[in-house]
Amino acid sequence: MLNSEIIIQVCYLIAAIVFILGLKRMSSPTTARLGIVWAGGGMLLATAATFFTPGMANIELIIIAIAIGGGLAWMTAKKVAMTDMPQMIALYNGMGGGAAAAIAAVEMFKVHELEISVEILAIIGGIIGAISFSGSIIAFGKLQGIIKGSFRFKGQNLLNLLIMLLLILISITTLMDFELMKNPVVAVFIIALVFGIAMTLPIGGADMPVVISLYNALTGLAVGFEGYVLQNYAMIIAGTVVGAAGTLLTQLMAKAMNRSLGNVLFSGFGDQSISVEGDSENQGEMKPIESSDASIMMAFAQKVIIIPGYGMAVAQAQQKVWEFSQLLIERGVDVKFAIHPVARRMPGHMNVLLAEAGVPYDLIYDAEEINQEFKNCDVALVIGANDVVNPVARTDPSSPIYGMPILDADYSANIIVVKRGQGAGFSGIQNSLFFLDNTKMLYGDGKEVAANLVQTIKEL
Amino acid sequence: METFIAIYIFILAAFTGYEVISKVPVILHTPMMSGSNFIHGIVLVGAMIALGFAETNLEKTIGFIGVFLAAGNALGGYVATERMLEMFKSSKKDAQ
Repeated sequence: MLNSEIIIQVCYLIAAIVFILGLKRMSSPTTARLGIVWAGGGMLLATAATFFTPGMANIELIIIAIAIGGGLAWMTAKKVAMTDMPQMIALYNGMGGGAAAAIAAVEMFKVHELEISVEILAIIGGIIGAISFSGSIIAFGKLQGIIKGSFRFKGQNLLNLLIMLLLILISITTLMDFELMKNPVVAVFIIALVFGIAMTLPIGGADMPVVISLYNALTGLAVGFEGYVLQNYAMIIAGTVVGAAGTLLTQLMAKAMNRSLGNVLFSGFGDQSISVEGDSENQGEMKPIESSDASIMMAFAQKVIIIPGYGMAVAQAQQKVWEFSQLLIERGVDVKFAIHPVARRMPGHMNVLLAEAGVPYDLIYDAEEINQEFKNCDVALVIGANDVVNPVARTDPSSPIYGMPILDADYSANIIVVKRGQGAGFSGIQNSLFFLDNTKMLYGDGKEVAANLVQTIKEL
Repeated sequence: METFIAIYIFILAAFTGYEVISKVPVILHTPMMSGSNFIHGIVLVGAMIALGFAETNLEKTIGFIGVFLAAGNALGGYVATERMLEMFKSSKKDAQ
């Protein structure tokens, strides 16, 4: 090995170690920030070292490509609103998958002779990368609202199965006659791209986070495989670590939503169009409350638990809600935030939005941590959350959301629900919480309501 | 032999990934996903090598697209994660 090669390998080794340590640090809120900075340093080191690989050509092309791709991504990532972060993660992830597929394509088009094991991994990694690429772009389009509705028809799963079989068949023919014809390579990538689109189109918006997480894991795997093709150990390690971590994260997310991964991929529940014929008429009436009464109720309470949901984020009410909470805290009220794992679009996304508004993370609790506390809570303030506080998930086995972990807001002495109107939630299921005797409905846009609450509590 | 070493690395790295993430609190799931998304941005290194050794115009074109996409993955992933994580503050820290 040349001296320069040894130095490059050492750089890759350091990068691999720093990636793992960085990921480890990212798993605790106190060290998370440093974790990403470390990992970023590792990436910079590995990238810089690669420029010195003996025999590298096309340096100008490489620099131009990095400047354009990196520059565009940098600008969009700086600008994007926190609420739109999930689809941007999908987009950047898709780009990684596409890059892995591109590596596979270049290596397979090259004239040099490849070992059969290398060939197989190159093509598998390329296929996975291409699926992740087109699938992630569809996921981005759906969350961004560019692609509306879901495309579902009878026999769709069968069609997808056929596409997959075709893909496997052509891959095998390609591998067998590898030296003779290069055209099937193109076919393999095209079919893989089509497969990614066909897989993702029928999946509803609510399930998209799980799918994005799955594609994240798949990209990791593809990168690991292409790392083997290029004999690059930093890529093998980083790719495989992400592949495994991403798989676990996908399972955790699916579990938090009370779904299995198969269920997410092959059935269409995560969609608004499902209407459940409910006995909504027989549940009694919803009792409205004025915001002045609501704020008095909370100002003189001992303990208030705030449950923010999708609706609060849509109304961009998080700053006002935090302002109101601070006023409560000044009055000596014990205020806590309870967050359901799937609040907003991704597990943890609501935490990010609250953090952006300035809510310290030690006031924020998981469902498991806080559910016992609702019994001695004076007021549970539900803002724009619906299905995640629906008690039928505990009580009614016939309900589609039965068994889903929920926040037990119904155990608290009083419940105030901030809501735009009287309609049902994301899943289309009536919420029996709204009809309880101790539940009061505070109608209005989340931001206006929160502003009114702030106003009235200041006047007390 | 090389193949076996690679398989060992695959297996050990897979266990590492599983272990590292198994204790992540729910509040960090989204930043964690974004962070791991950044880390597979190491594909940039591979894409650079692919383009760096590309000879025909076809190889160069695909390689260029590869580097372009990989740079987007790495930089976009970094900025997105960093922006999310810099907002996590503790109320105790603020009091100091």
